[in-house]
Amino acid sequence: MANLVSSIQFADPYFSVLLLLIIAVGMSVGFVFLSQALGPRKYDRIKYSVYECGVDPFTSASVRVSVKFYLVALLFLLFDLETAFLYPWAVLFRDLGLFGFIEMTIFVGILLVGLVYAWKKGALDWQ
Amino acid sequence: MEPILFIVFGAIAVGGAIMVVTRRHPMSSALFLILTLFAVAALFVLRQAHFLAAIQVIVYAGAVVVLFIFVIMLINVPENKLPLERLTGFRFLGIMVAGLFILEAALVARRFATPGTPTADSGSVEAVGRALFTDYLLAFEVTSVLLLAAVIGAIALAKKRI
Repeated sequence: MANLVSSIQFADPYFSVLLLLIIAVGMSVGFVFLSQALGPRKYDRIKYSVYECGVDPFTSASVRVSVKFYLVALLFLLFDLETAFLYPWAVLFRDLGLFGFIEMTIFVGILLVGLVYAWKKGALDWQ
Repeated sequence: MEPILFIVFGAIAVGGAIMVVTRRHPMSSALFLILTLFAVAALFVLRQAHFLAAIQVIVYAGAVVVLFIFVIMLINVPENKLPLERLTGFRFLGIMVAGLFILEAALVARRFATPGTPTADSGSVEAVGRALFTDYLLAFEVTSVLLLAAVIGAIALAKKRI
């Protein structure tokens, strides 16, 4: 088995990603259809009720979500983007040398102001 | 192999985009948007833009759609209060204009675009970084100011008292 796997030469590294995609989609779609085809159909009131890990739901699940979640998500997005910019710099770190380091320090420094601001204003606290 | 993959992922992207604008519930639209963005990421891979594909999945399909979903949950229109949209005159006009636009875009693309074959490493992290730290250095630094403005704007909007 190991011999067989190692003998296959994939021309493109993305071939394995494609294979993973096909298997993942095939399995999830396949199981939905299988449970439709093989599953017994015995419906009653309890089966139609909302399932929530064994506990009866006491309120409707569709409640208005607080804006605090949005703030956290937005702050996450911004610092996620900052991290995305760090990757190309990290790859080229040796080539760029001091110049790249100074540039990245300015970039991170400006965003650090934002982080300090968020911290001081209590945007990171959950209240 | 590549033309087949291009057609498959292109069809997924276009189909997902159509679903985004036709679903009644905004949450379904947001989830189909993820599908479209994933398919576009696959198209980026086919054009050798590996870094862009990864960023597309991490930032757009991951973080940006999460923001959309939070806004939908924040506004939280109950199912029975969603507006029922019909095929009105305006909508018909919109479809016609969209068709015209696609035609125009196709004509322009045929006339001007010269799709060179990208080399294997033209979209790698290294190539993107080299462009970022030479030709687009100012844009890169200004991006940090833009992100800073977004941080401050988000806090100003969402905090009860600053």
